[in-house]
Amino acid sequence: MPDTILVVVEQREGKLNRVSWETITAAQAIAAATGWTLEAAVVGSGTAQIASEVASKKVTKVYDIESPKLEPYTPDAFAAALKQFLASKQPKLVLMPHTYQVRDFIPKLATSMGRTVISDCIGFKHEGGKLVFTRQMFQGKLAADVSFASDAPWFVTFQNGAFRGDKAETGTSAAPVETVNVDIADGVIRNKPQEVFKEAKQAVDLTQAEIIVAVGRGIKEQKNIEIAKQLADALGGDLAASRPICDSGWLPMDRQIGSSGQTVAPKLYLALGISGAIQHIVGMKGSRAIIAVNKDSEAPIFEIADYAVVGNLFDVVPPLIEEVKKAKAGS
Amino acid sequence: MKILVCMKQVPQKDAPLKLNESGTWIREDVSYEINEPDAYALEEALRQREKHKGEVVVITSGPARAQQVLREALAKGADRAIHLEDDKFVGLDAFNTAKSFAAAIKDEQFDLIFTGLQSDDYGYAQTGVILAELLGWPHATIIMQIEKTDSGIRVKRELEAGYFQFVDMPTPAVLTIQSGINKLRYATLIGIKQAKNKPLRKVTLADVQSALGVNLQRIEKLYIPQKTKKTEHIEGTPAEIAKKLVDKLRNELRVI
Repeated sequence: MPDTILVVVEQREGKLNRVSWETITAAQAIAAATGWTLEAAVVGSGTAQIASEVASKKVTKVYDIESPKLEPYTPDAFAAALKQFLASKQPKLVLMPHTYQVRDFIPKLATSMGRTVISDCIGFKHEGGKLVFTRQMFQGKLAADVSFASDAPWFVTFQNGAFRGDKAETGTSAAPVETVNVDIADGVIRNKPQEVFKEAKQAVDLTQAEIIVAVGRGIKEQKNIEIAKQLADALGGDLAASRPICDSGWLPMDRQIGSSGQTVAPKLYLALGISGAIQHIVGMKGSRAIIAVNKDSEAPIFEIADYAVVGNLFDVVPPLIEEVKKAKAGS
Repeated sequence: MKILVCMKQVPQKDAPLKLNESGTWIREDVSYEINEPDAYALEEALRQREKHKGEVVVITSGPARAQQVLREALAKGADRAIHLEDDKFVGLDAFNTAKSFAAAIKDEQFDLIFTGLQSDDYGYAQTGVILAELLGWPHATIIMQIEKTDSGIRVKRELEAGYFQFVDMPTPAVLTIQSGINKLRYATLIGIKQAKNKPLRKVTLADVQSALGVNLQRIEKLYIPQKTKKTEHIEGTPAEIAKKLVDKLRNELRVI
């Protein structure tokens, strides 16, 4: 019997998180490489609809893992439910998207089963019958191929954008859905979550911006953000920032691009003094064109830049503003 | 409140990294610093102690050089430190690292354990959550605010895309702390002086060996990432660069 890959899709408050399609794409690629069987599961309460949605993809079976105690999400409930399910199903490989929710429970689940998670992977390799998972290290400066030295199940999470959700293959017919009711004993759940909310009304929706000029630590001081703003204005674009700039209060949180902030894919992303930490890159690597200015030639941002300027942004940006203005004035 | 802060020493952000001979790790001859999220975790612990009285203890595992992280933490105001000292701690996976911490603190009674949400070298975001499971404690991750309540604590969890969530939890608990939760303090000269006299307990690998197992995962190869994107370098004087960029913006990207 071939081994099984199980994709655990993510749902929050009854809605499927579309990043789950990326995990399905990854799983389908691994299934094709290894010959293993692909199944999927959704965990929640009243999630039959989501299970049907997943069943439309090319998977052999979908499990709807149910308990009223799975809503709202808590790490205790999710880990307990999946531990129960995995003990009976015994897949070889369990895949999930590397979301904030998955990070909150998957290490607990794995540890409770005496297993391990290779997290935030960007790909996999299947060479000589051996499966290894590729992930970034040292904030993207190096890559590592990591293998499991444990028994199944093997737990892996994939980074947002590492695979294309729109490439998830549809099935020729809907896969069968099986409801699995799990039992979560009293006293298991210790956290009491309140309603999810958005902090402040977003002043600007950067996901709609066609041009974004973003600043990182290389801007050095708050007052220097002014030249980035001038460039953004000259280009008719919006100002944005990496997390450390927002942490320091130099720009409001709604200007943040990255895993905690907005994910954008504008026509042009101009990164000024941004090193390219993974948490930032995941928020903008889908941009159609990326220009990066940084004085460190080794900065990971240059891995994904279409145009690279290795230099001092304070030397480059002022003449750039002038040239942009001249060009727009039609000279 | 008795708080333990787990801290990691990582290569400095802009340190040039070189692969070791076997291509499985980096060469040790770089400059190191405190893992930035852990600095926020320490700062948060110090603020909680300022509000509620108590003790802040810091712990790290690593070679002798890792002591620097503890010294800095003590200088900033931590009360005492625990150093799991051995070169071999560097090669342990997150599961074993968490096991070694649990073993080192088994006779202590903490109310809260903080870790940074992830490390800047591995970026696994797992050690804190694993530790909670090993201790049988509740946990919450990516925390931006902590308040004491009658029944324990109320924390503010950060979610993606600007969303947040408050969670009520009992203590003792493990929290992984997000950067930006507070503003970091600098160590004062007095703090640095006082740090020299604060207790620093050393724990050897032998002391915790019986709690550890084999690593459940292995780095087969560490390497410089293969570039898939074609990057065009724009060079020259700033004035030349500006002109070339505008040419690209206009004729290739068509945004002007």
